[in-house]
Amino acid sequence: MSDQVDHSRRRLLTAATVGTGAIGVAFAAVPFLASWLPSARAKALGAPVEVDASKLEAGQMLKVVWRGQPVFVVRRVKSVIDQLGGHDAMLADPASDDSIQPDYIKASGAARARNPEYWVGLAVCTHLGCSPLGAFDANNSFQVAGVDLGQNWPGGFYCPCHGSKYDISGRVFKSMPAPKNLTVPPYALAANERITIGVDDAPKTV
Amino acid sequence: MAAAPESADSSKGGSLIGWIDQRFPLTKLWREQVSEYYAPKNFNFWYYFGVLSLVVLVNQLVTGIFLTMNYKPSSAEAFSSVEYIMRDVDWGWLIRYMHSTGASAFFIGIYLHMFRALLYGSHRKPRELIWIFGCLIFLLLMAEGFMGYVLPWGNMSYWGAQVIVSLFSSVPYIGGALVEWIRGDYYIADATLNRFFALHVAALPLALIFLVIAHLMALHEVGSNNPDGIEIKKHKDAQGHPLDGIPFHPYYTVKDLVGVAGFLLLFCGVIFFAPTFGGLFLESPNFEPANALQTPPHIAPVWYFTPFYAMLRAVPSFAGTQVWGVLVMGAAVMVLFFLPWLDRSPVLSIRYRGPIYKVMLTIFVLSFICLGVCGLKPPSGIYPMLARVCTVLYFAFFLLMPWYTKFDSVKPVPERVTGHA
Repeated sequence: MSDQVDHSRRRLLTAATVGTGAIGVAFAAVPFLASWLPSARAKALGAPVEVDASKLEAGQMLKVVWRGQPVFVVRRVKSVIDQLGGHDAMLADPASDDSIQPDYIKASGAARARNPEYWVGLAVCTHLGCSPLGAFDANNSFQVAGVDLGQNWPGGFYCPCHGSKYDISGRVFKSMPAPKNLTVPPYALAANERITIGVDDAPKTV
Repeated sequence: MAAAPESADSSKGGSLIGWIDQRFPLTKLWREQVSEYYAPKNFNFWYYFGVLSLVVLVNQLVTGIFLTMNYKPSSAEAFSSVEYIMRDVDWGWLIRYMHSTGASAFFIGIYLHMFRALLYGSHRKPRELIWIFGCLIFLLLMAEGFMGYVLPWGNMSYWGAQVIVSLFSSVPYIGGALVEWIRGDYYIADATLNRFFALHVAALPLALIFLVIAHLMALHEVGSNNPDGIEIKKHKDAQGHPLDGIPFHPYYTVKDLVGVAGFLLLFCGVIFFAPTFGGLFLESPNFEPANALQTPPHIAPVWYFTPFYAMLRAVPSFAGTQVWGVLVMGAAVMVLFFLPWLDRSPVLSIRYRGPIYKVMLTIFVLSFICLGVCGLKPPSGIYPMLARVCTVLYFAFFLLMPWYTKFDSVKPVPERVTGHA
């Protein structure tokens, strides 16, 4: 045995051992990190939800739960639908270019709906996920959560957490904490006004 | 040493201590860390908050362990198990109020402890690592406080979790997936509560204890700073002990005992007479169960988060993303880590600093308190604008520090500590 130490050989072996160990640690970490993903049960519970919107009166709103999130279904009155495009200048993203909605919603423009009469959208503020309140009355004295929505309020939604305001198509106004319009989830609309939230095409009725 | 077991100075013949000392450095540790750790003799009131934070940490660990014995970390049972602790478990209310009041006391202690550093330059060279360990403790404590707040599964717990977890959705590209990974579901659900429980009672406390030990080891390596901000090791007596130092035990153990007694009086007063502290320590919307469909009309975090929460809210979204508010809030904490290098003053203590630092520190403290108030109020009226101004002032204190501390006048620093004792 020579008492000469081959330092470069030792360095190489040390580096190789450390490198192999690090790769091993990275692989071993995968199961632990992946255990935080939604479980099979959570995924199964995220199934589509069906709503019978025909029971809604004009001007009424329904909140349903899909994947644990509240979803608005609003039946809008005719006069409101007619005025939808009138305040585009006050909106941050009037055409919903930066917001999340299925492609088939895009064609409806300001209505953001498969049928302009029924608006479907997640009741989850795009700022930090609070649930906005419906404030449909367009007037200057309407108070919601102690906040005066002002003279030009065209009716819509108000988030009580940080004050974001949306119009009745869920489009956010300018200079609000919320960066995007309310998300429109994928949904299907069958002829009998049955709305299925969570799928793009209506399930075949038997 | 090993060859002469009877010769070790600590072993008195065949005493138990001697037996242990040959196998474990018990006497050595006691001497180095306590009975022969020389601390400056001129500590004042501000030097209580380190030991008080330690006392509160022990309180949190002990009461926390006992709470887990009756708490159920599931979305179906969490709320009612907390009610069960409050109503049916003997003394359960006391243990829970000790824990919930302890959380606020912890932050009061930590904030005043950090302010002490700003007063006397305790974060400056050679104590940068003590400060960095301390900032990490502060960061972990915020995570610990947040997750602990979720556990009772009241409506404010739920929506607070929703808001804070949603902060991660502003991360570009991976935000949505990241939030799903944190929640373990498509919303704040049972899986979220369960993992927050695991982190709150096991992972984070372990990391906290480790960091507290590192904080104290680093402190005892370099020695404590003092209100004069001068090095006591420069003047030593014949035995090599600092002339201006006194052994931690018995001198400071006795002093700290008085502080702890005074603290416990106040602490018990809150526990017994004002455990919710007017909605600041425990918020009334949290006395109703979590409801995924009903956001409380006004979401305000517990008081110790409100300064940072106000900064988050103060920044409007820009270029289609609200990441800026999150970045500002994150930067407000991260900037603390750089404090030892931002301060360019030749002196440490405020006693020998010029007027500019005193004015800036006053503005900083006022704006921090003002941010705390803004974070508690609804985002309307003057509060959003006030929060913006105070956010700017908060950052001005740190980011302008390299300049104003350099140009500020200084008074001559004494060779030995000053003191009336």
